[in-house]
Amino acid sequence: MSDDYEEIDLRALDDDELVEQMHDDLYNGLKEEVEQGTRILLERKWGADTVLDRALVGGMQIVGVDFRDGILFVPEVLQAANAMKGGMEILRPLLAQTGAEPIGKIVIGTVKGDIHDIGKNLVSMMMEGAGFEVIDIGINNPVEKYLQALETHHPDILGMSSLVTTTMPDMKVVIDTMKEKGIRNDYIVLVGGAPLNEEFGKAVGADAYCRDAAVAVDTAKALIRARRLARVA
Amino acid sequence: MDSPERTLVIGCGALAHELLAVIRASGWPHLVVQCLPADLHNRPERITGAVRQKIRAARARGGFSRVFVAYGDCGTGGALDRMLAEEGVQRIAGAHCYEFLAGSAIFERLADEEPGTFYVTDFLVRHFDRIVIRGLGIDRYPHLAAQYFGNYRRLVYLAQQPSDERIDAARAAARRLGLAFQLRDTGLAPLARALAFVNRETIQWAG
Repeated sequence: MSDDYEEIDLRALDDDELVEQMHDDLYNGLKEEVEQGTRILLERKWGADTVLDRALVGGMQIVGVDFRDGILFVPEVLQAANAMKGGMEILRPLLAQTGAEPIGKIVIGTVKGDIHDIGKNLVSMMMEGAGFEVIDIGINNPVEKYLQALETHHPDILGMSSLVTTTMPDMKVVIDTMKEKGIRNDYIVLVGGAPLNEEFGKAVGADAYCRDAAVAVDTAKALIRARRLARVA
Repeated sequence: MDSPERTLVIGCGALAHELLAVIRASGWPHLVVQCLPADLHNRPERITGAVRQKIRAARARGGFSRVFVAYGDCGTGGALDRMLAEEGVQRIAGAHCYEFLAGSAIFERLADEEPGTFYVTDFLVRHFDRIVIRGLGIDRYPHLAAQYFGNYRRLVYLAQQPSDERIDAARAAARRLGLAFQLRDTGLAPLARALAFVNRETIQWAG
């Protein structure tokens, strides 16, 4: 039986070829290869932020697009995410050393009664990859826990996730409570999860519904930029 | 030949056996069941379009006085209901099939008691390997089981027509996922109640 895979010497590739190969390896969920590629780029004096952005986030964006288009399915996306995590583990301490300011801070968690955190974890990872500081408060969060996290961490963004139709209404409970306390406009509120849609996001009073992790990152960046511009004006 | 009282019930493939069992036991031959593949649950965003297509195809073909949908919201986030309102079609009340197979009160109690509950029905017990193990890629990537089920605490078997063999299979499924096991013998009564509503509506309309 022939082996479909050909052993590739990553060190023999030039930078562009290596990045392209890392995108393929991410797509195929090959964690060790992604970790090796990350180390090689660092040895070649690439900045950790450039490795993260071009090799890891860039690769994961391709995965995201193919998931959206029904070419990839959840198991493959999770494999890719695990591979990206491997690379990020290497980069995280180096990124911290640079002392670069995060582009924003997000508190994120799943709503009360919901223990499904795969989507939330993907968003957290992509947000971190995009330069956000992520405070992950985990699963099954009642309104009090969200409010406590806002008070403790003073984020720019509150992110709420739900996979189950029956837990979705809790997002409105959280947002209504924020309104009652007069703090709703202090934060950007993003919501996401498989059964949600834009209409639901508007109905519960969120700033935006994000259909996937890549959209969440783009939306978060755009809304933070708009908010900061508005403050300056 | 058109029979005005004939009602088409468009159901999820995961409910096919149960729908037919209720219809047979209740003597409602005018309710005709057509099912869509249960695998649509892995891509809930495709359910609404598939159901709409089925409704329109049935109307174009004729032969049914009414169409009814035996789906829950099933992760469509209200999209299924909006489409059904446009088409003037009703569906079984409930967020998903676990709710109308168990009955709303029991389902709510189970969910409140333990949010980390993974529900299986007769259908899921029969097709556990195909839908859960292979469908979620656990056969190829066993370590993903922890990512999917790490936050679950128990597996509840909502049994419609339990047998020793099925209960053993459900127990084995729980063991495989590392979850505590609980059996709830729901029978077919909650689903029969939901379908009795369709039957009443049909008779009123036809009369």
